Amino acid sequence: MAQSLTRLKESPSQTAGPYVHIGLTPNFGGIGGVYPTDLGATMLNDKTKGERIGLRIRVLDGTGTPLRDALIEIWQADANGFYNSPAELRGDADPDFQCWGRQPTDMETGLCSFQTIKPGRVPFGDGRLMAPHISLWIVARGINIGLHTRLYFSDEARANAEDPILARIEHRVRVPTLIAERQGDAYIFDVHLQGEKETVFFDS
Amino acid sequence: MPADAGSNRRPETGAFFQRDRSWHPPALTPDYKTSVLRSPQKALLAFDNTASEITGPVFGHAILGELDDDLIHNFAKPGESAIGERIIVYGRVLDERGVGVSGALLEFWQANAGGRYRHKKDGYLAPLDPNFGGCGRTITDADGGYAFRTVKPGPYPWPNGPNDWRPSHIHFSVFGHGFAQRLVTQMYFEGDPLIWRCPIVRGIRDKAAVETLIAALDMQATIPFDARAYKFDIVLRGRRASLFENRPEGN
Ligand SMILES: [Fe+3]
Repeated sequence: MAQSLTRLKESPSQTAGPYVHIGLTPNFGGIGGVYPTDLGATMLNDKTKGERIGLRIRVLDGTGTPLRDALIEIWQADANGFYNSPAELRGDADPDFQCWGRQPTDMETGLCSFQTIKPGRVPFGDGRLMAPHISLWIVARGINIGLHTRLYFSDEARANAEDPILARIEHRVRVPTLIAERQGDAYIFDVHLQGEKETVFFDS
Repeated sequence: MPADAGSNRRPETGAFFQRDRSWHPPALTPDYKTSVLRSPQKALLAFDNTASEITGPVFGHAILGELDDDLIHNFAKPGESAIGERIIVYGRVLDERGVGVSGALLEFWQANAGGRYRHKKDGYLAPLDPNFGGCGRTITDADGGYAFRTVKPGPYPWPNGPNDWRPSHIHFSVFGHGFAQRLVTQMYFEGDPLIWRCPIVRGIRDKAAVETLIAALDMQATIPFDARAYKFDIVLRGRRASLFENRPEGN
């Protein structure tokens, strides 16, 4: 027998359940006074560099009904394409930008809104530039393991056309599921959990 | 603030090990009915991590309040405390290589001792405890260690089958150092007969995987005449070494 590889197994995921707000956005969930603010609620301040944009995201189930108990986290580069992370070795990110945000879907409408900036381009492993994008992570009751996808921008057609991740989508009719439509200074993005328009989710 | 501030360990920048999806519950677990309409059915798009997945937010201790790791007191009126079995939950956050993950933000939430959540959508008969909110958080130390105080949550019935009860559990949200390590899971308690009947737990197909979510009663870590202790280790995806990565810019 060969030597054993002493690796551990990742802890298995379990659903965030219907009461995820208690843990991750307690002020929104009606539990005040424990944390001063909900983590990730604000990504910007007056000095943040970059174009201000809004994101209006909904998550729809297999019947087209918006989830009203989901939670979305986003992770994105700053205006120059740098991440605010110890693993970012290319340069210093904008100290006035969080790069990370967290918002619940509205309990009535299912709408989830972020105020952020348009991210810069980030290089792929081989040095080519990826198109501007925002990474999404979605949890909710009924979702057994957090869903990972990306939001790309409808007004970046040229960059999108050369994006190495979008290029890997075999069924080209599915590419638009990752592209948010610009409306004024906001982008509209519907995430379809299943059905004809099912969003491309990632295993990365 | 970098997690390793004050240490001379260089930040790691390798891609994460591939996730073993057969160890996790699949998206579709029909006995957990809500998953039926909320589960993606098409194949996932697989690709090796890019900078967008290798990096991730890291949180400094400055966000923590004094009572964030004490659910017995963080919502209670001065001089009062939450009702229930007093426990300490402690353990380590490790990665698949067995390396402690320092600076990992853990957030946890749970029902009160009677099995009731402080949430407007929870209408269970059990009463709210005026001194219990149900949320807490902490950040792991240099070895990945963490601990918090709480009361043992009660089991509760939920609308799925005609008579399904969740085992006692604490929900955990974990940040490592990369967006691809993001994980939400639940901790169960050693000896609870409801664990093996629960449709959410049973979505995990491998019994050995379920067992990694069951905290062990650790009488050596109890505080006599105060609280019993449960040990719960959490494992996040490991990182490949980046020494020989084929990256033209030397990243
Ligand atoms: Fe629960």
